[in-house]
Amino acid sequence: MIYRAGQTVLVQGITGKQGTFWAEKMIAAGTKLAGGVNPKRAGETHLGLPVFGSAVDAVRQVHCDIAVIFIPPGMARDAVFDAIEAGIGTIVVLTEHIPARDVIDIHARLRDSTSRMIGPNTAGIVTPGEGFIGIMPGDNPNVFKPGHVGVISRSGSLGTLICLNLTRAGLGQSAFIGIGGDPMIGTTTRDALEALDRDERTRAVALIGEIGGAMEEQAAEYARRMRKPIVSFIAGRSSPPGKKMGHAGAIVTEGGGSYESKRRALESVGVRVVDTPNELATYLANLPAEQAA
Amino acid sequence: MDFEEYAAKENVLAPVGIPIPRGRVCTTPQEAAAIVQECGPSVLKAQVPVGKRGKAGGIKLANDAAAAAIAAQQILALEIGGYNVERLLVERRAPIARELYAAVLTDFAARRPLVLFSTEGGMDIEEIAAERPDAIRRALVDPRAGFDVAQANALLDGLDLGAAAQQVADILVRLYRAYRECEAELVEINPLAVLTDGSVVALDCKFTLDDSAAARQAVLAAAAAQPKMTALERRGAEHGLKFIQLDGNVGLLANGAGLTMTTMDVIDHFGGRPANFLEIGGEAYTKAEVALDLVLSNPGVKSLVVNFCGAFARTDVMADGVVRAWESLKPTLPAFFSIHGTGAAEAVALVRERLGIECYDLMEDAVKAAVEAAT
Repeated sequence: MIYRAGQTVLVQGITGKQGTFWAEKMIAAGTKLAGGVNPKRAGETHLGLPVFGSAVDAVRQVHCDIAVIFIPPGMARDAVFDAIEAGIGTIVVLTEHIPARDVIDIHARLRDSTSRMIGPNTAGIVTPGEGFIGIMPGDNPNVFKPGHVGVISRSGSLGTLICLNLTRAGLGQSAFIGIGGDPMIGTTTRDALEALDRDERTRAVALIGEIGGAMEEQAAEYARRMRKPIVSFIAGRSSPPGKKMGHAGAIVTEGGGSYESKRRALESVGVRVVDTPNELATYLANLPAEQAA
Repeated sequence: MDFEEYAAKENVLAPVGIPIPRGRVCTTPQEAAAIVQECGPSVLKAQVPVGKRGKAGGIKLANDAAAAAIAAQQILALEIGGYNVERLLVERRAPIARELYAAVLTDFAARRPLVLFSTEGGMDIEEIAAERPDAIRRALVDPRAGFDVAQANALLDGLDLGAAAQQVADILVRLYRAYRECEAELVEINPLAVLTDGSVVALDCKFTLDDSAAARQAVLAAAAAQPKMTALERRGAEHGLKFIQLDGNVGLLANGAGLTMTTMDVIDHFGGRPANFLEIGGEAYTKAEVALDLVLSNPGVKSLVVNFCGAFARTDVMADGVVRAWESLKPTLPAFFSIHGTGAAEAVALVRERLGIECYDLMEDAVKAAVEAAT
């Protein structure tokens, strides 16, 4: 889930307006694109890249490490199925509002595959200086610069703000991992935290959480054994109680989800939880020399 | 999207063949009386998409037409959970031997459907979970295999359901089918009653449609309950904007759910009170003009924060919408801007040139100034 220079990316939906706009930005940031998919335009060239009829067709002809899905919600499931069938290792799903039944079906197929999904509803992943995948300002030097802070965020806009604050404070980023705002995502906060723990370039972690679900609580269990400093901001402290699920929904979440629950879980394992986004950069900038990022 | 009981029974349970009591929905005491005349002793139930209807006086029994008219009149005068009762479901009453619980819902953590069953029906599932957690049976479903009678029997194994066991298993299979076909977030039957004549009937039903499936489930979605909204919230919804009106003094406009929640949190942190939640992230970023109109129409607003950080959303497009709305509405309240990310250089210049407002570098500083201006 950390992009490395040279990894090749297949853009499913490359000929669409957003697919085209962001493919150009990805290329400008150094990302290596292998081609795109559009069943109606197979055999054509777009942005100087080959267009294939499917991901399965694409991998017969070019090497693809990562697929990125720029496909509207109603057709996104089949696009992900195609990428799984093609055996592509990492599938970044940007689409928002994919119906839950389709997301459940995607997860069922992922279980029997070697593919990992990032998202749905992620803004993507960025490795400053190497490239990015998704809909992040990955080519904007005011936002991203190479460095040693690993950033995990559900939200693209808030994640962008945090990276911008870090860059302004003189702290570059080793990786930005956008995990997505959907309730059933393929890569969790904990998965991303483990990846940043293993990543040699990452010296400290900025963990941006949100109310709802239990991912921050689960990440806290892993954070307990980490040596790298972790600082967290959790959005939603002042949000009015949102739409509640039915009674039965409440018992499956088993108590997690509230701001207080997440803050308590993280603080109990030594994670510093701050009250405003910029405090996060300030905290990391003021770490003692032996912990400095 | 939540459904009232009658709509859930008609549109979700009936199509898959789950037995429901004989009855009809109505809106007047006269109609209620006529239904009781026809069906015999009945139960009259307020149709609102919230729980605890019984405790609020929204469920009454009537044995004849005259009693039905009186009960209906009383129920129709109620407000339950903020909803005025406008409809009643009148259903024939039958003697109950036993009350069970059945539900299928999306288990978000497991990323699979979950079937729940309990022999302790009639009370809330949270109460069952708290008092007798062992009384709830659970089965996670692999959607590729589905949920068949053998799995239903395995879930019910060892429970003393007697002659009803086969019917209950059959209903669970049908309920899973309803969950899949109707794209439920939750479909719950509580109680699922075993009647003294041995038949099994769904006495109540709660159904929540997955919001993201509403477009392709258009016929079903049309039967959903109207959500409770203020006039401003309804105006937002008509424009495809999720606007939540709050009782605060600082209005805010931000892009993306994460940044919007954060802006509210920072307003709160500096001692202000957010006046709204309004998400213009994703494709909605082109709707800044109508969005600002909504924020400024909220009567409690004393100052405004505009906090944009463009990733997907282009801040130049959003700022253009804000500037146009500002020029047509000509508001007099103080406004504080912080704009970063995609398109920020153009956006900051636009706000300076057209509105004469200098953007703050840190959102914290913009929010702090807005809170001070509001108090």
